[in-house]
Amino acid sequence: MRFFGKTKIDFIGKRRIAFAISIAVILTGIVSLLINAGPKYSIDFTGGVSMELDLTPVKEGADVVKVQDIRDALTNAGVTEAEIQEIRGSEGKQLVLIKTKAVGDMKDKISTKVIDVIKKQFPDNVDPATLIRLQEEVGPKIGEELKGKAILAIFWALLGIIIYIWWRFEFTFGLTAVAALFHDILITVGIFSLLGKEISLSIVAALLTIVGYSLNDTIVVFDRIREDLKLFRKEPYGSVINHSINETLSRTIITSLTTFIVVLSLYLFGGTVIHDFAFALLVGVIVGTYSSIFVASPLMVEHFNKKAKRVGTNRRKK
Amino acid sequence: MKNRKIRGLIILVVLLVTAYYFLPMIVPNLPSFWTSKRLKLGLDLQGGSQIQLEVDFTDSELSEKEKEDAVKTAYQIIRNRIDQFGVAEPLIQRVANTNRIIIQLPGLKEPGRAKDLIGKTALLEFKFVANNEQIQESYESLDKFLQENFEKYEFLADFTETLEEEEVIDVLGTDTESEDEYQNSMIFTDLTTSETGIPLKVEFNNLAKLKKLLQDPDFAQNIPAGLQIAIGKEVKKDPYAARDIYILHNKPEITGKSLDKALTKIGQGYTAKDKGPYILLEFKKSGAKKFKNITGQNIGERLAIILDDIVFIAPTIESRIPDGQARITGNFTIEECNDLVIVLNAGSLPAPVNIIEERTVGPTLGSDSIRAGIMAAMIGMIVVILFMIFYYKLSGLLADLAVIVNVAFIVAVMTMLEGTLTMPGIAGMILTIGMAVDANVIIFERIREYLDAGKTVRSAVDSGFSRALVTILDANITTLITALVLYQFGTGPIKGFAVTLSIGIVGSMFASIVLVKAIFDGIMTNTAKDKISI
Repeated sequence: MRFFGKTKIDFIGKRRIAFAISIAVILTGIVSLLINAGPKYSIDFTGGVSMELDLTPVKEGADVVKVQDIRDALTNAGVTEAEIQEIRGSEGKQLVLIKTKAVGDMKDKISTKVIDVIKKQFPDNVDPATLIRLQEEVGPKIGEELKGKAILAIFWALLGIIIYIWWRFEFTFGLTAVAALFHDILITVGIFSLLGKEISLSIVAALLTIVGYSLNDTIVVFDRIREDLKLFRKEPYGSVINHSINETLSRTIITSLTTFIVVLSLYLFGGTVIHDFAFALLVGVIVGTYSSIFVASPLMVEHFNKKAKRVGTNRRKK
Repeated sequence: MKNRKIRGLIILVVLLVTAYYFLPMIVPNLPSFWTSKRLKLGLDLQGGSQIQLEVDFTDSELSEKEKEDAVKTAYQIIRNRIDQFGVAEPLIQRVANTNRIIIQLPGLKEPGRAKDLIGKTALLEFKFVANNEQIQESYESLDKFLQENFEKYEFLADFTETLEEEEVIDVLGTDTESEDEYQNSMIFTDLTTSETGIPLKVEFNNLAKLKKLLQDPDFAQNIPAGLQIAIGKEVKKDPYAARDIYILHNKPEITGKSLDKALTKIGQGYTAKDKGPYILLEFKKSGAKKFKNITGQNIGERLAIILDDIVFIAPTIESRIPDGQARITGNFTIEECNDLVIVLNAGSLPAPVNIIEERTVGPTLGSDSIRAGIMAAMIGMIVVILFMIFYYKLSGLLADLAVIVNVAFIVAVMTMLEGTLTMPGIAGMILTIGMAVDANVIIFERIREYLDAGKTVRSAVDSGFSRALVTILDANITTLITALVLYQFGTGPIKGFAVTLSIGIVGSMFASIVLVKAIFDGIMTNTAKDKISI
């Protein structure tokens, strides 16, 4: 069984179109980020409260709690600016998400207050044993620290990668790979911004995973480019690299497909906790695959052509 | 041939160890020595709380050495409190080189209670309640101060405006008088009077405002010297009831240092006061003597018992108390009594602690996550396995074997290291299933290429494996770098993700480069093949 025989698709010839598409998508994301004044950070980074409560009626004939009723009850108790959202749980459970960025100095715990209010106002919908599904309260100080840590993590990961690829290939390969990674991260963050999804600690983890995955893909192609450049010394850079992409195309697609399958399964069946994480990976797999074929390798062509012009080797520009 | 023997041995050892640690997951009732190492479930899967505390030194002038000691003491006291509270397998950890403590309480039913228990400074004090004249004087001073400075306290707008509106109605049509003259002159009195008109009570709705006011230094300066304002305990059964307010002498007569021990008792009396659980305080000898003198000399006065600045009870001294015992009665629940007794007995913290981070996962969400994680893993794995057979035939089956070995390998290594499985950890495992076939895909595609180029099966397989090896190493080591960074930076669950991902990468390389190659070699040697199912 083969999806692809020997392909001869002209990826490199179409690279300008691909660059244009990438730039357009990235710019859309950046515009969204500018309009929204940066990414929408979760309470992991801003500090705040996030709760998931089970308000399935416990008494016969008890009404389903309305979001507006919760909002009123919380406002009365002095918890304002809360984001309240209904979600449907398994087995017809009535779940409610409550989020607020206001934490103050954490001395008067807001999450405790919210629970007190809910218990008092909606006794027919509260089973104390199952009420709290998730209760997170992060102080502003911790948020700042986590933000710093996340930025450092991304920095170290990228630096480590550049150094490794530099050692195994050459410096430009490393730079190009990292450029492709930025491409992937920018698009994913942009899509999150467009959809109004929050960047949390686990999304940063997902971004780093995308980095790893996309890189894996890129390296396989680079490895073939390195091999082919030695093999076809007389050929123009463009056609050699195009040949490498075509040779590895089948592998790229198959691996992306299997990875996509499992991530899709995670997204569809993995439950609420992991949902956004899986979504980020889903975007990452697609963008990462695209970027190894349409961004990283074509960038190498640009680099080699410039170098050839400068040094004046006998390899013709395509 | 010798190399092959060594390789065979390595494979055998790895598979045996994997099987040994993996079997307890699927085979019940194994002998206990076999199951001594278990894969623990993270708080996000089994439910539980993680709380991060910081010992607060903002108002203290301790030296570095004293601060270090204070954190150690705090750690010990919190450990004692949790031990007495009774949680299975709590984890209490000091964060190195900080004044922070991380507490993990797995499988907790009532996280709120544990939190109360941990966060209490447990500073026990006995202070006299001010007399009526002093209370009067305080109110006059504070009302005057607020009347003059009401602009500064925007949150008191409700109280500054009420009178204004009423007056405007009274003087219908006369707009000549300036607004200032109608400023409420009894803001503090109004704030601290219940809706039914009882003084020295603050309605629940106004509690936050009062607390804010009490924290303001300018306001505090206008409380007459030697006095302080304290709020009464909330009633657990009715947390929205109006709370008492006390004006106290700020010098403590006796503190928790004089306490020998605290006990929970159940009153058998008939009046509300004598019935139900109460706390019995027993003083040390010196403390008992002091207590005897104080009570003897102040008959008729009210003595407030204060824990962490909250007045629990302020009984009138009726007679001298010689036996060094004091009771704290009140609308207690038995849990409340027990928790207070725990903190009183464990001793007071050397400095206040603040909860700076808290994450609680309820048991229902935890079990939902496990179910969903297993479901996602199974479906993903089955689809990938079927796809590989469909696409690569018998070779695909070998790749599937590699996937299954890899999943077992991850679980086994995690068990061996007594690691903790978290939801992101499960995600890492699922991701590995997809990526584990990658190494095989790279190899198989190479072999197909060499076959297409006209090589013999034998040489195509050999060249395919050896050439693919470089690619696989380069591709996986970079992923490993990001996984290691994730491990370094991550907190709990993300660490779990990084760990399973890393083990998965190593496992998948072993499975495809060593195990699958060995099987290929075996097939090649035993049957002179000129065809291969790929």
